[in-house]
Amino acid sequence: MTALLGPEISWYLAVSGFLFATGALGVLLRRNPLIVLLSLEIMLNGGNLALIGFSRNLGDGGGQIFALAVMAVAASEVVVGLGLVVALNRKRVTLDVDRLNTLRG
Amino acid sequence: MLIASAGNVLVWIVWIVAAFACLGSGIAVVSFSNPFYSALALIGNLGSLAVLYLLLNAEFVAAAQVLVYAGAVMVMFLFVIAYIGPRTESPWMGGPSWQAAGAVLAAGALLVEIVVVIGLKASGHLAHSEHVDQTFGTPAYIGRLFLTDHLLAFEITSIVLLVAAIGGVILGAHSRRSPEEVPSLR
Repeated sequence: MTALLGPEISWYLAVSGFLFATGALGVLLRRNPLIVLLSLEIMLNGGNLALIGFSRNLGDGGGQIFALAVMAVAASEVVVGLGLVVALNRKRVTLDVDRLNTLRG
Repeated sequence: MLIASAGNVLVWIVWIVAAFACLGSGIAVVSFSNPFYSALALIGNLGSLAVLYLLLNAEFVAAAQVLVYAGAVMVMFLFVIAYIGPRTESPWMGGPSWQAAGAVLAAGALLVEIVVVIGLKASGHLAHSEHVDQTFGTPAYIGRLFLTDHLLAFEITSIVLLVAAIGGVILGAHSRRSPEEVPSLR
């Protein structure tokens, strides 16, 4: 049996919350779709850090399983997002999420 | 006792370095104007997060983080950034700056919400962590959980990956035929 060395879980959760807020700031502020996708990755990783921190705190492996599932979903999301970016680039559309409003009603 | 406290100090030092690298590279991802530098900063972010996972006894997740994220996903990102060429963000166009103010406000509100909710709901049992045995977080432990208790999540993950792969192929495949050769729907 090993105890948790170093900082307690609340410090990890603070880092996780700060990462999530940083990613949200990037998603809301930036207009390049590639950087929006990268900021989305930061948000997902903030969530993953909280999941793994709680998993360690409770001694339950379910949080790590959840984190691995989030990782797979993030990989899928990157595939679809980058596919969209490449398709937009092929249409010679400007890569700016504020101007991509063709579908607007 | 002395060895245990020395180990504790060592873990604290590693945690501080990894946490500040993590936060700094996260801010760098958001603030670089060139997506290539942002992607490189995100690789640093993922690496320092893997160190934090190791400190939390999640060895397999840390390894998967480095292999899947910092390896595969980021290579795909860098290929796409290299493919569409170096284009920085178009200048602000004198657009409404209330957008930026609103974004900063919303992100700050999110941070405050997270801190308040965790402080109110979870501060009671965060101070002491459960003791775990040596096998916690090893590949054998994760594999056993995945194939017994969480089999449905495992299978659904495989379907999600399959659908995403098909979607990527459909988005990436473009017909080389000219418009008049494309059969119309009528």
